[in-house]
Amino acid sequence: MGEVIVITSGKGGVGKTTTTANIGTALAKIDKKVVLVDTDIGLRNLDVVLGLENRIVYDIVDVVKGHCRLNQALIKDKRLEGLFLLPAAQTKDKNAVTEEEIKKLTEDLKEKFDYVIMDCPAGIEQGFKNAIIGADRAIVVATPEVSSVRDADRIIGLLEANEIPDTRLVINRLRPQMVKQGDMMDIEDIIDILSIKLIGVIPEDEFIIVSTNRGEPAVNNEDSMAGKAYMNTAKRIVGEEVPFLNLEVQEGLLDRFLKIFSK
Amino acid sequence: MGFFDFLKKESNQKGSKSIAKDRLKLVLVHDRASMSPEVLEALRKEIIQVISKYVDVDNNNIEVELNDNNNQATLVANIPINEIKRKRNV
Ligand SMILES: Nc1ncnc2c1ncn2[C@@H]1O[C@H](COP(=O)(O)OP(=O)(O)OP(=O)(O)O)[C@@H](O)[C@H]1O
Ligand SMILES: [Mg+2]
Repeated sequence: MGEVIVITSGKGGVGKTTTTANIGTALAKIDKKVVLVDTDIGLRNLDVVLGLENRIVYDIVDVVKGHCRLNQALIKDKRLEGLFLLPAAQTKDKNAVTEEEIKKLTEDLKEKFDYVIMDCPAGIEQGFKNAIIGADRAIVVATPEVSSVRDADRIIGLLEANEIPDTRLVINRLRPQMVKQGDMMDIEDIIDILSIKLIGVIPEDEFIIVSTNRGEPAVNNEDSMAGKAYMNTAKRIVGEEVPFLNLEVQEGLLDRFLKIFSK
Repeated sequence: MGFFDFLKKESNQKGSKSIAKDRLKLVLVHDRASMSPEVLEALRKEIIQVISKYVDVDNNNIEVELNDNNNQATLVANIPINEIKRKRNV
């Protein structure tokens, strides 16, 4: 029997879909059987991030309404044996499915997969409720900004109210250089404010854009810092103890100048 | 003061991180207590009404705030009382 993990954030655009694609790919790379479920009905995106957009025939709405069998809608990844996508519908809206239907779906998927990862839409409306209904665990994604952390706090409260037993935090788009300058909240500040356990810290990484352009998640690239950080996050999900990456950047040129001239 | 001293001064200035942290803590106190500034203002007005039945208070300087006391939200009211006049009758 597998586990259902919802990836959520409240605020839009902070990296839920990127995180879902990368954690899912990383889990499949360590030989887990994984299905990624795009619950962002009407704003389908996980398919393009994974590079599977050309293979879609049926979607999540078709499955829950019984227009096709579950197996017909599951799309197999190009590279990884154990990785599958259940795409969102693009032409309907978030009210096209009910919480009961999604609950039933997650139960069916748990029978077949080790991990069922739900990519949640932004906001706290019906789409959010649908995405969390069957979840055994939640991962909240936040960037080190006031509005994102504030929304994360609200989401953590809602997850608690819905009695989701285990909620962890992924801090995304951290910029070590800005933290060093005192212009970005650091990891400790954020976990202290949210009183929540950390499961991943992902640096800001241009390669994320390159990988999204190509439709190949960053974990497939050995040189990507974000890819490495996502791989470590996946290992922590399966229970391995992995130390957090040292994201200290090299001293900037200006720093070096200042050191020389302040002597 | 040379050019590099100027650069140094700029880079040593306190960053915006602590401002972000303080502002965030305060909004979260309000969010978690689900108390908006409007609710607080309504509360302030009612407190004035009730208290002025008993003492002469300085209506314009009454403050009601939510504070963060070691992660415990507390409601703090500061209510200045106008000078209490001596009784003049015998
Ligand atoms: N670590 C990162 N470094 C650089 N860019 C990133 C990083 N994480 C995400 N991005 C970029 O941020 C944008 C938003 O990411 P993504 O679509 O994953 O967010 P989302 O939370 O799923 O958004 P929505 O709320 O719209 O569903 C994308 O353009 C993505 O490439
Ligand atoms: Mg998304």
